[in-house]
Amino acid sequence: MATVTNEPVPRQIRVPPSPEDLSAERIAYLESLVVQARRAAAAFTQYTQEEVDRIVKPMVVAGLEQAQHLARLAVEETSLGVLEDKALKNMVATEFVYNYVKDKKTVGAIREFPERGIVEVAEPIGVIFSLTPITNPTSTVLFKCIMAIKTRNAAIFSPHPNAWRCCFEAVRIMYETALEHGAPEGAFTCLESHGLQENAYLMKHKDIGLIDATGGPGVVKAAYSSGKPALGVGPGNTPVYLEKTADLNMAVVDIITSKTFDNGTICASEQTVVMDDEIFDLAVKKFVDLGAHLCNETETKMLERAVIDPETGFMQPVAVGQKATDIAHRAGIAVKPNTKLLIAQIEGVGREHPLSVEKLFPVLSVYRAKSVDEALKVCVDVNHLGGVGHTAVVFSRNDEVVRRFSEVINAGRIIVNSPGSIGAFGGVYNDMVPTFSFGCGTGGGNSTTDNVNVYHYLNIKRVARRTQAHMWFRVPNQIYFNMNAVENLRRLQSKSTIIITNPAMEQIGYVDVVRRQLLPEALVHVCVIPDGEPEVKTILQGVEALNYYKADQIIALGGGSVIDAAKIMKLKYESPDADLEELAAPFMDIRKRVVEYPTEKVQRARLIAISTTSGTGSEVTPFAVLSDKERGRKVTLADYSLTPDVAIVDPQFVLSMPKGLTADTGIDCLTHALEAAVSIYASPYTDSNAMQAIRLVFKYLPIAYERPNDEEARCMMHNAACIAAIAFSNAAVGVNHALAHAFGARFGITHGRANALMLPHVIAFNASVPSKFMPSPNQRGYIAHKKYATITELLGLGGSTVEEKVKRLIAATQQLLDQLAIPRSIAELGISKEQFELAMPDLAKNAFDDPSWRSNPRMPLVSELVELFWIAYRGRGTAESVADLHQQTA
Amino acid sequence: MSTIAMFIKIDGKRIAEGLQEAQSKLNGSSEAVLDFTSVLRVQPKDLAALEELAQVAEDRGIKIELHGVNVGIYKVLKLAKLASRFAFRA
Repeated sequence: MATVTNEPVPRQIRVPPSPEDLSAERIAYLESLVVQARRAAAAFTQYTQEEVDRIVKPMVVAGLEQAQHLARLAVEETSLGVLEDKALKNMVATEFVYNYVKDKKTVGAIREFPERGIVEVAEPIGVIFSLTPITNPTSTVLFKCIMAIKTRNAAIFSPHPNAWRCCFEAVRIMYETALEHGAPEGAFTCLESHGLQENAYLMKHKDIGLIDATGGPGVVKAAYSSGKPALGVGPGNTPVYLEKTADLNMAVVDIITSKTFDNGTICASEQTVVMDDEIFDLAVKKFVDLGAHLCNETETKMLERAVIDPETGFMQPVAVGQKATDIAHRAGIAVKPNTKLLIAQIEGVGREHPLSVEKLFPVLSVYRAKSVDEALKVCVDVNHLGGVGHTAVVFSRNDEVVRRFSEVINAGRIIVNSPGSIGAFGGVYNDMVPTFSFGCGTGGGNSTTDNVNVYHYLNIKRVARRTQAHMWFRVPNQIYFNMNAVENLRRLQSKSTIIITNPAMEQIGYVDVVRRQLLPEALVHVCVIPDGEPEVKTILQGVEALNYYKADQIIALGGGSVIDAAKIMKLKYESPDADLEELAAPFMDIRKRVVEYPTEKVQRARLIAISTTSGTGSEVTPFAVLSDKERGRKVTLADYSLTPDVAIVDPQFVLSMPKGLTADTGIDCLTHALEAAVSIYASPYTDSNAMQAIRLVFKYLPIAYERPNDEEARCMMHNAACIAAIAFSNAAVGVNHALAHAFGARFGITHGRANALMLPHVIAFNASVPSKFMPSPNQRGYIAHKKYATITELLGLGGSTVEEKVKRLIAATQQLLDQLAIPRSIAELGISKEQFELAMPDLAKNAFDDPSWRSNPRMPLVSELVELFWIAYRGRGTAESVADLHQQTA
Repeated sequence: MSTIAMFIKIDGKRIAEGLQEAQSKLNGSSEAVLDFTSVLRVQPKDLAALEELAQVAEDRGIKIELHGVNVGIYKVLKLAKLASRFAFRA
């Protein structure tokens, strides 16, 4: 970071001397300084904000009182700059900085964000090794002393050797005042003499917490190379764009004020002013009228030779901080005695235009630009000629010009319609943070572009309290249920309805049942799609039909596949540009997903889902599965916008379900409910649905299976499927589904049956002490086993301990599977051990890739997925894995 | 060497002086317990006195135990690199 002064020399980075060159006596001296500072810093940690503030204020007052005294010392010692301006800088370094810091909290909790559960707590750095420059010696010391005390740090100062006496005096005044008002002894020390070896030694000292290096490039480079955290400076070369709409009178005065301030020693001061052609002559005349001298071509050459080193291309050290008249005299240019500033026109930027570099003295180069584009390009050139990240200035009344300037110029401070040097300080011409240290960002080799302030002298600790994620519970707009619920279709207005269904529904006559309920004024068309998970071409054909008939209502009549197809057709119908591939992108949290579903719709159609199975619950879920046969995979779409608008849960459509389908879909429903109940996204809202669905399944599934025409059982199972789906639509499923998806896809096993084969083992798995916990901010501790125990209680299965209750739930689940004649092992399906073994790498990989387990309470290791597959293959092992159920009941 | 343990209460208002007195009494003891329960804050001079005391105790093979050090002061001792030179008792 740059300071208000950039050390002009040396420009070449010198290799820092080795601290090993120091004598034992010198090392002992340096160690004593560090010990003293370390003790002070340690003791300082006990201070309160009030105690700190009671010290800071008198320090500021002392600095103000001694501003002129210190300025005089600085000018006398360094022969640089202007007494009056240095006094002003001392005042800014105290009064303006105090005005900024006085109400800032720097002890304990400094900022609180209750809505985010975050509190920031200050931790002092400890001992700061502070190097100060020749160009701004005392003001920098005053500024750093105030910052150090405000943040409860101790500081060891190492002033520039040619500004040592004035800096030592500034440190003394600050220290004595601080001590008098309660600061710990040793809070400030100042090296008695300056040597690069001493600096090198301290920069590498283990007890130095931070190096704050304000000085030339050599010092800064050494600081950054020390391996310690460091605040360093970057060089400047401030471009100014004086655009034709600017207030010329104001701009010219501001530039003169800034460029002549302390004889131009501030590194944020203006270096090259690029002016629009239309105002160039007038502006130059105004400069001259106010005391500037415009150099002619010959004088410009003379000036270049006098102030720029032809070898390095950088400014001559002897010119730094000198008066314009002295520089003119040195160059052999005759000027009026009251000349404030030397102006030289340049035709370009770079080494061949010597005056385009940084000039820390009252010499200003000017450039005539024919267009805004040219002006901006020249400003960029100046910016990149040694001033990247530092400061830039623009004078314009045109906001668009200011915007373009700020976009193309890389500067930590872009000062608008005000002086560069004093503007960059902050707090005088603008509301930036007052500073004597300018961050120049990575362009200047720094870590920040900020105006360095108290917060850079602190370690800020973030106390992050656990927050509860916002949960949700979404259901379709309307759900009609119980026998003949389909009659509610009469309530729904439509001019053009498309019924999406499969061949079986048409053959059974269910399509006609639905048609009879539709209002007579509606045109009704039937789109019969093939059985099985929908393919892209099926979707596109359906969308074509929807477009052709300008459908305003879609009725999906069928199982999960038909309803899923209708959901995707609706999506593509309403938003033809929806990219299904992109929308299927994976996500962790539906609220933070990267891909957003389209909200702009070219058509609108109501989707009514009438389920003809009691399992998937697709009529109320926001999911849809698409088969991508070309790539041999399934694509899952998930978004609440896919949820049907109306769900009709009418048991008349499931009365004819065969026994096997009744069993498989019923267990699918049970799996949904059990997984939703223990999901990390479970909530009281989903629990109520999940628990009720489980109760209904255990009670009515065996009846529906044994007596398919039992209307009550069918009705309750149909409701259970819908209720379970509401639960998992909001809480998601778990590892059971991940296993079942992988296994079912590999061996062509129906989803419900695949779920059934895994279910008892997954309950045992989730109820055991996890080898890896799933991060779940919404839950307090691991509760899956307790949720299972609650389910056991709800089912009236007895048991006294949590472990016993879980075992009873597993036993009851196994008993239910037996009642439904569902095979209890994969082996029973006729899959050989060799086949299964061969498939295992893919099974494990696909199960782990499946997003379903990401809401599971226990994070499965791949090895555990393999183990679960093998347990399911054998149909044994559940009891063993239950053996280590944990007993936690708290 | 005697095995007598010395117990000294440190006055919270004159810590450095108390520590210097303790140091002068170290002769003849193998262990010293310094009661810090009334010490609420330490200053750099107190830290210097503690460091000196630790050095003397180490040179003489005497164990120094600080009793009742509050956590704020414990942190100060840690930052001043003194914590490892003493034993602590609650």
